[in-house]
Formats: sequence, structure tokens, C-alpha cells
Amino acid sequence: MDGIHALDDTPLTADGSLVLDGGLAPLPDCHAFVSAEPASASEQADRRRAVWMAAAQAGDRRAYERVLADSVALIRAVARRQGVATDALDDVVQETLLTVHRVRHTYDPARSYDAWLSAIAGRRAIDALRSHGRRDRRELHDEFVLDRQPDRDDASADAERRQQARRLREAIAQLPPGQREAVEQLGLREQSLAEAAAQTGRNTGALKVNLHRALKALRGRLHGDD
Amino acid sequence: MAEPRSNDSLIAALGAELVPVRRLLPPWLRMLGWLAVVAVFAVLLFAHYGDEPMLRRWAGAPDLAWAALGAVLTAVTAAWSAFTLAVPGRSRAWAWLPLPPALLWIGASGLGCLRTWLAPDTSIATLHQSTDCLVFIVSFSIPLSALMVWLLRRACPLRPLLTALLVGLASAAASASLLEICHAFDAAATDLLTHALAVGIVVAANAAMGGRLLSKA
Repeated sequence: MDGIHALDDTPLTADGSLVLDGGLAPLPDCHAFVSAEPASASEQADRRRAVWMAAAQAGDRRAYERVLADSVALIRAVARRQGVATDALDDVVQETLLTVHRVRHTYDPARSYDAWLSAIAGRRAIDALRSHGRRDRRELHDEFVLDRQPDRDDASADAERRQQARRLREAIAQLPPGQREAVEQLGLREQSLAEAAAQTGRNTGALKVNLHRALKALRGRLHGDD
Repeated sequence: MAEPRSNDSLIAALGAELVPVRRLLPPWLRMLGWLAVVAVFAVLLFAHYGDEPMLRRWAGAPDLAWAALGAVLTAVTAAWSAFTLAVPGRSRAWAWLPLPPALLWIGASGLGCLRTWLAPDTSIATLHQSTDCLVFIVSFSIPLSALMVWLLRRACPLRPLLTALLVGLASAAASASLLEICHAFDAAATDLLTHALAVGIVVAANAAMGGRLLSKA
């Protein structure tokens, strides 16, 4: 109990009590992990995240956003240790966050949050390293095609168009694999949902969600950043 | 380049989607759930065959009983380890848990082949009868594996291949344990070979299929 009370000075509990009123168990089994003897700063941070994630499992949105934001640095560290290139780190971060969202029910608050997160991040880092190899091959192909398109009508408009195309391509390349796939299949190849689903082996709902997220991310990158 | 904007917007989007979730039960409880289904099969087989032939056979040849104990323990430990490894962050060392019982199972079955006397009321299985054992183990393993894969997909098996191997081992061992109830043959080389083949088929099929089934989870 003292472990939980020690954390009460965070604004988290305000949200937590709201959710607990909804009839969900108030983190019954997080005591073992939370109330152990306080140790190093990293262990304390781990415990804080454990409490947040437990609250998130009960539906506390603020605790959830806080634990996810707190996870980004850890995910990047895991991915970097696995040898993921710096420009691909955010792919891993986003894929890991999406996985965390999908499997958040598997987290046991009696155990370390960091260990749970690192395992997922490590897996997504390996996926990124694999798909990066595939993407490199594809991009090489794209450049080859671009080189063979002599298009010299209006030098400045052409340069601008090319720059825009390059930015769009870069933005698409930086999308997490699932979203990139949705954009490529549905947006660029103009396949129907059913065709794209058959080709990628994903269900149409997942493709729709991925496309939606991808377009949102692309809008953010192309309009928001500059 | 760090992209704080897109990370933040993703976190906000996920926060907006957040709904309360029911936490996964601890692995040992999930294992017990799976074993309960195996127990139902066992009860049905006992109801049909009775326990007398099995006990008589064990009394005559204790190594058969040791092999059966090994098979049961292999099923329990392999299932436990599969359910544990399907939770992110759990140590890979769990995969070794079924090793000692599996050694007992294999060792005691192999010892049976070296015996020169036969257990009472049994005969050495002919090749045809051995095929029945193969069919029995494989056909019981299919629903047991399917059930476990279905249960595991609710968790998050980050090592799909290893988990699938354990699924195969658990269901093959459980099927071999069930076979023990209605098995009229002594352990002989042909029989043992068939069992090994059946277990191999089940484990390999799981590794080939389960790895893919589980990796989407």
C-alpha cells in the first residue's frame, strides 16, 4: 500500500478514481511489485510506469498517455541497442506503441513494466531491421525509375514537383510497415479493399485503420512540419 | 531524426481509442484450463476402457508407468512454459522446463525396448497396430494444439516458433498420455518408433503452421 500512496502526489489518482468507480478492480495485484523496497531511480521509474499501465488497463486515459510518452525513450534505447538506424527509430517506436495498445491486457502489474515493454520493442526492432532490408531494395528500384524519366519542361516547376514527390516518398517510407503497406496497396496501386486484403493477408478493417492512420501521419508531416 | 510530433499524435490517437481491458489470467491458470480439456478426454476414455488394463500393465512393467508419468509431466510443463512464454518479458529459460520430464518419458520408453519380457496381456504391436497409435496421437493432437493456439493468440507470443514447438510437445505428450489409457501394447521398438514419429509429426506441424498462426497475434 505505501508504494501506491507514495505515488499519490501525482495527478494520476484523480483520473484513476473515476475509472475505478466504473466497477473495475482497483489494481489488485500490483502491490507485490509496487510496494517492494525502493531502490534505484530506474526501478522507481519502472514502478511508476507499472502503476500507470495498470490504471490504463482499467481505462485511465491520462495515465495511458503518460506511460506511452514515458516509454518512447526506452523503446528507442532498445531499438538502438538492436542496431536499428537512427532514422528508423521512430518506426520502431510507433510500431511498438501500436503493439502495446493491442496487447496491453497481457501486462501483469505485479511484474516489471520495463521488461514487458523491452520485449515488445526488441521484437519490433527485429521486424524493422528485416523490413528495412526489403525497403532498401525497393527504393533502389524507385531511384532507377526516376533516373530514366527525363522531364525538363520547366526547370523550377519541375524541381519543385520533384522535391514534393521526394518529400512524399520519404514520408511514406517513414511510415510504420502496416501503414506503408496500406498506402501502397490502396492509395498508390488503387486496389480495392478486398484485393489489398487478399494480397497482404490482413483483414479489411485493419487496412482501413492503417490507411487512416497513414494519411493522418502524412498530413501531419507534410503540412504540419513546414 | 526524432519525430516528436508524430509520436505525440499517435499517443493521443491511441489514448482516444483506450477502453478498459480484462487482464490476462496468469499462465498457470491458463495452463490448467487447457489441461481441463485433456482431463475431459481422459475421463471419457476411462469411462470406456476402465483403468484396470492400464494398471495391470503397469504392475507388470513399471517402466511403462514411468514413461506414462513422464508423458503427463511433459504435457503439463510444456503447456505451462508455452503459456508463460506467450507473455512479453518472461524469461526464455522457461522453454527448458519440459526437458527433464521429456527425458524421463523418452528414457523410460526406450528402456522398455530393452526388456526381454513382456508386460501381461500385451503383445508386440504389429506395424498395422502401430499405425493406429500414430493415428490416435496425431488426431488427438490436432484439437489440443488448435485449442492451445487459440488460447495463446489472446496473449502475445513474441517468439512464435519456440512457442509453437512447445504447443506441439504439449499436445503430443498429452495425446500419448491419453493413449496410455487404452494402449494394449508393450513398448517395443516398432511401437516406440511410431510414437516418436507421431510426436515428431505433431511438433513439426506446429512449428510449420503454429509459427505463422501465432506470429500474427
